[in-house]
Amino acid sequence: MIENLHLIIDVCLLAFLVLIAFTAMKVTNLFVATMLFGIFSFVAALLFLDLDAVDVAFTEAAVGAGFSTVLMLAALRLTGAVENAKHRHSALGLFIVILTGAALIYGTADFPNMGDANAPVHLHVAPEFIQLTQEKIDIPNVVTAVLASFRGYDTFGETVVIFSAGVAVLLLLGMGHVEPKQEPEQNTVLWIVVKPFIALILIFGLYVQFHGDFGAGGGFQAGVIFASGIILYSLVFGEGYARKVIPSEILPRLAALGVLIYGVTGLASLLSDKPFLDYNALSSNPVAGQHMGIILVEAGVGLAVFSTVLLIFYSFSGVNHNE
Amino acid sequence: MIIDLLSDICLLLGGFFTLTGAIGLLRLPSFYTRLHAASVTESLAAPLLIIGIMLDTGFTLDSAKLVLIILIMVVANPTITHALCRAAAHGGNTPEMEITSSDKNQSQTEAELSGKESK
Amino acid sequence: MIAAAIIALLITLALTLIRAFLGPNIYDQILAVNSFGTKTVLLIVVGGHALGWFSYVDIALMYTLVNFVGTLAVMRFFEQYNPQGEQS
Repeated sequence: MIENLHLIIDVCLLAFLVLIAFTAMKVTNLFVATMLFGIFSFVAALLFLDLDAVDVAFTEAAVGAGFSTVLMLAALRLTGAVENAKHRHSALGLFIVILTGAALIYGTADFPNMGDANAPVHLHVAPEFIQLTQEKIDIPNVVTAVLASFRGYDTFGETVVIFSAGVAVLLLLGMGHVEPKQEPEQNTVLWIVVKPFIALILIFGLYVQFHGDFGAGGGFQAGVIFASGIILYSLVFGEGYARKVIPSEILPRLAALGVLIYGVTGLASLLSDKPFLDYNALSSNPVAGQHMGIILVEAGVGLAVFSTVLLIFYSFSGVNHNE
Repeated sequence: MIIDLLSDICLLLGGFFTLTGAIGLLRLPSFYTRLHAASVTESLAAPLLIIGIMLDTGFTLDSAKLVLIILIMVVANPTITHALCRAAAHGGNTPEMEITSSDKNQSQTEAELSGKESK
Repeated sequence: MIAAAIIALLITLALTLIRAFLGPNIYDQILAVNSFGTKTVLLIVVGGHALGWFSYVDIALMYTLVNFVGTLAVMRFFEQYNPQGEQS
């Protein structure tokens, strides 16, 4: 019964993905297309959940359905909201797409089947990570252990990539300057309901940040959720007031601070004659050192992601107000 | 045993109301009626389904978080309904009332009311 | 019984998607997408319990909040863009 349920859910969700993609293609109003991309991310995250990839589902929902949708909508405000009517039909383009797709599908024929127990990744890498996590780091969430400790250098690179995305957006757009409106438009129900919600979202973001060792979570998701709280405030009360709460000048500095926390944690172990980002050096007990290292590093990631996400949102929403 | 039965009943009712709301969303004639149908699923079917799951899980940390989900849903979704209704009314999508030809007196009053509303 | 609820939810998702495709004006489509998000949360809760997904409650909690923020964002940006009213 449970096997059938798995199969039914998988097939239905994959069919939904196709349907949503088809609908997003056919719809001409770009606002609706953006929202359809949002629920595409929802359904994709459901599929990830069904494949037992919980952290990926979390990140996909937070980034794909939350932040990405808001960004695209903010960009749509500056362009037209209806798709251009003229379509060119190109037979050569179709042929190239089909050829490339066929080549890719032919390339995947050599992969082992999904979930095959004899795949190299299941025979060599995964059991080693699971065993080493239990011995050396002793936290329940193996994904966080791999992300923050075993592959900590990769995560450092990812954090720097996020930071440089923020720098690129700053160079291209700048954050602009938005004055708070004298009287934001009166919408009593929304104001009263949203205020406790913002507090709830912020607390949930902190919960996800520090709970990443034990359940789904971690720095990336927490940063995006925390920024979503501030974005909600900005949507309901106006961007001017949001910029008074979190001024736009401190955001690049906070992002740099996040990356710096990560780097300094790595450097601290260099000072004890151990390799870069080896958390065993941070405390006399290696396991406690790993715990402390993971907490510091996730805090750095969370701070960097939060500041960059909010910075990008401020840049997009501040463009229209530049005189 | 009783808790299992209650959980089954809640899940069955929740599934039924979800289906009802979806069929209403598809078949009802105008936007405001569809809004009404969709809000049934969010206010009635969702708490029923989650209570059904809570009765099945027992008294753990998970069920405390599920109570939180119910509270959030019961507060957030009607707010979205209200905001959507208000946005649609401001955007020019006014509610229409159908005038039935069987009752002349009533239809005159309805004509006056719908005349006032469509301004 | 949980299986019946899951099948009902899957059918509901399909019907809501049809409304998102058909809806004559944009408010119908926004409503359908918001409803789809709520049903997804319900599917996570019911399916997570039935199929034993790990840590599904946190994800359901976050989806509820993200759905709320996303729908409000669409309405706010659409209002500001609305060509009938003033553009702010």
